[in-house]
Amino acid sequence: MTDPATPAAAVVVAPPDRPAAGALARRHRWRWFEALPWIAGVAFYFAFPDYLGFGADLLIAILFALSLDLALGYAGIITLGHAAFFGAGAYTVGLLAYHGIWTEPISSLAVAALAAAAIGFASGVVLLRTRGLTLLMLTLCTMALLQEAANMAHDVTGGFDGLPSLPIAPVFGRFDFNPLYADTQYLFSLGVLAACFLVVRRLVYSPFGQSLAGIRENLLRMHAVGAPVQRRLLVCYTISAAIAGIAGGLWAQANAYVNLSALDLDRAATVLIILILGGYGRLYGAFVGAVAYMLLSHFLAEVYPTAWQLGLGIMLVTIALFARNGILGIGEALWRRLRRRRAA
Amino acid sequence: MIHGIDVASMILGGLSAGTVLFIVSVGLSVTMGLMGFVNLAHGAFAMVGGYVIVLAMNRAHLDFAAALALGFVATAALSVVLERTLYRRLYRAGELDQVLFTIGLIFIFIAATTLAAGPDSQTLQLPPALEGQLDLGFTQYRTYSVFLIAAGALIVSGLWLVFERTRLGAQIRATVDNRRMAESLGINVNRLFTITFAFGSGMAALGGGLGAEFLGLDPQYALKYLVYFLIAVSVGGLGSITGVYVASLLIGTLDFVLKLYLPKGGTMFIYALTILLLLWRPQGLFGRRDI
Repeated sequence: MTDPATPAAAVVVAPPDRPAAGALARRHRWRWFEALPWIAGVAFYFAFPDYLGFGADLLIAILFALSLDLALGYAGIITLGHAAFFGAGAYTVGLLAYHGIWTEPISSLAVAALAAAAIGFASGVVLLRTRGLTLLMLTLCTMALLQEAANMAHDVTGGFDGLPSLPIAPVFGRFDFNPLYADTQYLFSLGVLAACFLVVRRLVYSPFGQSLAGIRENLLRMHAVGAPVQRRLLVCYTISAAIAGIAGGLWAQANAYVNLSALDLDRAATVLIILILGGYGRLYGAFVGAVAYMLLSHFLAEVYPTAWQLGLGIMLVTIALFARNGILGIGEALWRRLRRRRAA
Repeated sequence: MIHGIDVASMILGGLSAGTVLFIVSVGLSVTMGLMGFVNLAHGAFAMVGGYVIVLAMNRAHLDFAAALALGFVATAALSVVLERTLYRRLYRAGELDQVLFTIGLIFIFIAATTLAAGPDSQTLQLPPALEGQLDLGFTQYRTYSVFLIAAGALIVSGLWLVFERTRLGAQIRATVDNRRMAESLGINVNRLFTITFAFGSGMAALGGGLGAEFLGLDPQYALKYLVYFLIAVSVGGLGSITGVYVASLLIGTLDFVLKLYLPKGGTMFIYALTILLLLWRPQGLFGRRDI
């Protein structure tokens, strides 16, 4: 597989005595286990027809976490306000549908992505000049500002009550969004997730993605080598916002409603937790984290809400203290130890 | 409705709300300034303290002053234990780990509070001496609010004296300005941090108890007001006592006035102003530029 966007493509046939060059050249290649999430996704459809609504929510959570991974995991932009873009996308789809302007789902998602990207770009131009606590506060305040705006524009957005029973047109004019049987929601979400994943994967293995990692690892050095740091961060933030907007739009379509919870601090914190639980900066952390979190929250939170909160808290503290790379990090460490033992 | 409220009482109401915000946030500002530690769980200490104070009054029938003292001591003790065992490990970690850790702590505190005291809101029964109205000469206002404002002014003066006139204060200021240099000069930054952390958490506990009357007190407290505490700290400038005081009073008054005039979208202006201010001065109103 030749990939003109990858500089390593030129040295794909690395001589056996240069394993490092070989590893670099193979970095972006597809590996067998990368098929697993998609096989699982299709298998879920046939195995659990009664849980497709939950499945769609899970896929949307993955997509949202994936968008955050691009900004946080790859570019190192620490944000507490990523739900701003999720909400922007959700409200774009919601407003278009509720006021009867546009109900076609795929193009609605495109508009949602554009709207979220516009907000991401506009806020990114000013926010990304700051770092640390100031950046945290600014992202948090931007989200809170949007939420208040949505709350205040009651006549347009429905305020606190949100926009109920959105009319969403069938996908491809054929497959209806049935609120009782969520098969369309599930498959549509799976398709959108796959499309977005291809884009993100391509992006993080491109030279652009490499320079993002460079900015994350050593900002000063990237400035020193003359990389256009600010522009790279802004582009990354805008793309990340667009994907979060798609996730939000998808959420609005799958649930056929929008409300202020789309812009909540709760939602921003949850997506952060999902990503870090799975492991950030490694593409598949979003998948692992979302599955672990959503399963636990779905089955525990309803029966024992307090125990769930306690368990979640203890889990977060443990991860922050001992397992900074999340579930995938733990798995990787185990795998490495296993291989070393086998080699010895 | 608006015409019924004169300017003086509007300002007094805002100042008393701002005072509570200050008492809760001041510890956060100093500890963040000292260690650069993003402690989102600070509001949880205010909540724990508030619960100790309110439950001590309602169930053990302590009087107000004794309950406040108990809340301060209990919360400070708890915070020292947490600081020594857990917080300490993350001083050199990135912000992300700190954010994650303290969000986790918030959840643990929320769950523990729900288990210990139930999910319902607790009400604070004010002592009779602080109830009713007080004649201030130019206007009549609630005694409790006037008491809060006076207490806040007293606290800020006391803290200012400690900061500007004692050895400990000088060490704190030096460390906020330049931690490495302070360490090289032999200042025991870890000990300093433990002291300020305990004291700041104790202050938060007082704020939780004093503000319970109008902020309410339920297990969600730690999350509900988190944004306000953070805004007060970042607008005031890290590690600056006067900064947090001015910022808290400003935010409290603005919030109070805006809620009267624009009951629906008042808070939006606070967020917008915060964004503009932080873009203009990322270090806050009274912060040093080069932290």
